[in-house]
Amino acid sequence: MFRRRGDSYVASFAVDEVRVLRKVASEVVGLLTDGFDHGDPVVGRLFPEVYPDDDAGTAEFRRYTEGDLKTAKIDQAGAILAALPDGDAGGEVRLDAEAAEAWLRALNDARLAMGVRLEIKDGTDLGEELDDAVAADPASSRVFQLSVYAYLGYLQESLLNALID
Amino acid sequence: MGGMAAPQVAPVETPDTTEVPVSDRPWVTIVWDDPVNLMTYVTWVFQKLFGYSREKAEQLMLDVHHKGKAVVSSGARERMEHDAAQLHAYGLWATVDRS
Repeated sequence: MFRRRGDSYVASFAVDEVRVLRKVASEVVGLLTDGFDHGDPVVGRLFPEVYPDDDAGTAEFRRYTEGDLKTAKIDQAGAILAALPDGDAGGEVRLDAEAAEAWLRALNDARLAMGVRLEIKDGTDLGEELDDAVAADPASSRVFQLSVYAYLGYLQESLLNALID
Repeated sequence: MGGMAAPQVAPVETPDTTEVPVSDRPWVTIVWDDPVNLMTYVTWVFQKLFGYSREKAEQLMLDVHHKGKAVVSSGARERMEHDAAQLHAYGLWATVDRS
């Protein structure tokens, strides 16, 4: 979890955490490049219709803004990849204020994407979801995905708290 | 998505000739409730993007959370589209509408 140290935001990650962060950031990049598809509900959430009742207006808005938005989201996911320790190892991550904000936005994008896939709703109790998933099959992908989703939330909150502290 | 939509207020009867042309009405940027975004994050984004005080940003965040949506800025259409694009970069669910 992140802590402020002088002008930097610092966290130590175990190798498993580095792997997870690398995976989710890479998945976001994949979603925004090769896999880009407006029909995908995750893309729909990351690039909302700005005029829900006006398809032409939304299309026009997208013509002007979507390229920049996509580039910004790829760059912020890239900020996670760039700051992680090299190789298959744990280690310390040290961010300046600009990189910290990029991480915040990128962690948020990753959580939004996972939230859509996991069908997280307003009243969803993450602990209960996890218990149910474990009871159904402790080795399931859903157990893993829910754990990662919860972990990213804690990580994002720790970074946010360090920033506004 | 919880919460109720704001009640529609019936327009007061006004002769057509005095109505402000549709193109001149100010526009609004609306942020919608979302089950994923952290409350602290949404507050931080409002402060960051709009320069709102912590109190105002928190109140807007609570409006979004409890009422399902809140108007976060108003003005010319181009300006609102700019705001919405910025909010999308932060992952907030923003739309633009006539006020």
